[in-house]
Amino acid sequence: MTAVAATAAKAPALSVSVRRLLDRYVLRLYVILAVAYLMLPIVVIALFSVNDPIGRSNFAWRAFTLDHWLSPFGVPGLFDAVATSLRVAFLSTLIATTLGTLIALALVRYQFRGAGSANLLIFLPMATPEIVLGASLLTMFVSIGEPPFFPLSEFTILIAHIMFNISFVVVTVRARLAGLDRNLEEAAMDLGANEWTTFWKVTFPLILPGIVAAALLAFSLSIDDFVITNFTAGRTVTFPMFIWGSYRIGIPPQVNVIGTLIFLIAVGLVALSVVFQRRSARA
Amino acid sequence: MADVAVRLVQLTKRFGGDATGRRVAQYVEGANPSSGFLAVDHIDLEVNDGEFFSLLGPSGCGKTTTLRMIGGFEQPTEGRIELQGVDVTWLPPYRRNVNTVFQNYALFPHLTVYENVAFGLRRRKVADSEIRKRVLEMLELVELPGYERRKPSQISGGQAQRVALARALINRPAVLLLDEPLGALDLKLRKQMQVELKRIQKEVGITFIYVTHDQEEAMTMSDRIAVMNRGRYEQLGDPEALYERPETRFVAGFLGVSNLLPATAAESLNGHAAFRLSDGSTVRVPAGLIETGRNAVSLGVRPEKIRLIEVDKEVPAGMNRAAGTIVDASYLGVSTQYIVALRDGSRVTVYEQNVERATKAELWARGEEVVMAWSPDHCFVVEEENGATEPSVDESVAVA
Repeated sequence: MTAVAATAAKAPALSVSVRRLLDRYVLRLYVILAVAYLMLPIVVIALFSVNDPIGRSNFAWRAFTLDHWLSPFGVPGLFDAVATSLRVAFLSTLIATTLGTLIALALVRYQFRGAGSANLLIFLPMATPEIVLGASLLTMFVSIGEPPFFPLSEFTILIAHIMFNISFVVVTVRARLAGLDRNLEEAAMDLGANEWTTFWKVTFPLILPGIVAAALLAFSLSIDDFVITNFTAGRTVTFPMFIWGSYRIGIPPQVNVIGTLIFLIAVGLVALSVVFQRRSARA
Repeated sequence: MADVAVRLVQLTKRFGGDATGRRVAQYVEGANPSSGFLAVDHIDLEVNDGEFFSLLGPSGCGKTTTLRMIGGFEQPTEGRIELQGVDVTWLPPYRRNVNTVFQNYALFPHLTVYENVAFGLRRRKVADSEIRKRVLEMLELVELPGYERRKPSQISGGQAQRVALARALINRPAVLLLDEPLGALDLKLRKQMQVELKRIQKEVGITFIYVTHDQEEAMTMSDRIAVMNRGRYEQLGDPEALYERPETRFVAGFLGVSNLLPATAAESLNGHAAFRLSDGSTVRVPAGLIETGRNAVSLGVRPEKIRLIEVDKEVPAGMNRAAGTIVDASYLGVSTQYIVALRDGSRVTVYEQNVERATKAELWARGEEVVMAWSPDHCFVVEEENGATEPSVDESVAVA
């Protein structure tokens, strides 16, 4: 028994050092590879934003230039497309987040007739294939779209985006609300806060991270949506539709510039939120 | 006669088959979650000003529901709640001069300890300088000075408990409601907080209504206790009265350990009221215990009131006696617990302090014949056993 223990004592020491080696290098290498895999497309986009292609096809590296960065909207129609996308994204995020948060509050906090089916129906837009959703919306808008009602326009895009965004907002905010201790609201009321004050002083600050997450999700879903937008846009052109349109004749490098900018802004926002959270955790 | 702080009149809560009802139903014995059940059943109760009052009972007895109705979080199905003579039955929580210490403390996680404690005063628009003074005073009272800037996630359970207490007390409520506030603490801290709570209650002079399933906790702190079972209270009194003279089988079993022996009314014994035990012996009881129309009862006596005497020795004059055989002895340190079998086989538990017989060799041995002796004054009488379920004391802490 003691002899076995003595020889066994060496083996664990060896396996421990192997583990340490694995932990230090293999895991690290794996992480680097995984991140590289995720980042490669973005690097390519950024790289070709400073390429100086011949003609309209921006697929082969030729020479470095900052021209496209100096005139990011130097292609006709691009500025309008980006502006439309941003308008739709901001408005649909704002409206869907407000409505979705209220729906989530109602679903979690109150019992009412139809609450169960509402809970289920909320999932439908997420479960339905976008192509089906887009086609159905087109049919609906066209069938009720006889002038002067609902001509396909930026407005119909907005309606469609609000519709699918609400589902995602409800699901995100509801998860946060479900984890919220009911006693906290009771405690606030117990301490003299009425329903309104309780909401703004306790409920809202506590579900705010959920609401912010929902809004970010809604914004990113809206700004890059193509399928549903394409069906409901009519003659309006959004940023993804602009890229699709220009694809046949060659994507201008300015598209890469805008793409890189959106990526940088997103990274900046995430970094900012991390800094903000660290600071509030320390306070 | 002290002023009445809280008066409950025929207070009743029936839960329906809704979500709350289903949640509460899982803790209530025999409750049908879908059809509704009575959680609180026509309670009449008066709590005096400045009193430390406890609602004691097992999970599902209705104690927490009663407390939540006083706090304004549940609406009664029937009945009335008066606070210092004013009917508050239908007022929302924020219009009642009561505050609650919740079982899980319910501290606001996004606010500092200071802002948690200041929350009630801020709602009443008290001036900042006044708030500052009173918050610091309160933290002093609960012995947490210097913790103002911490977040609830940065303090221990015991400290969170104190903050919850400070947050409630700073509003100087007419009544403070406490819902098993020590349930989540470990035993040592709990004992310490029991003493603390009593000190703080004495210091601020506010009426406390305390909900607990822990009989020792209730006994330690309370001026009066209502022992609740199945939506009603079975007995109301000070800890000593409840322990020495329990009136129902449930109370006798819930507070401490009781020997309950089936007994029938017997001829008077030398002019004293008497009962005949199932083994044939006759015991004296105080005259007040014989009730008309109640022939078959259970006779109760606490284990520590019984003395064990050698068979050949005299039983002191005036004491009841019953002969038996030791069937089990467990040495517990402070005392030794014996199980004694009477002649008819029924078992009696006896605690003997380890004073006269302190070493193991001196203890009574298994199989030894003994005589049990106890004073008639230590007898109590409860209803006879009728197959009703015994309360289980160690059910998990829950909604109750």
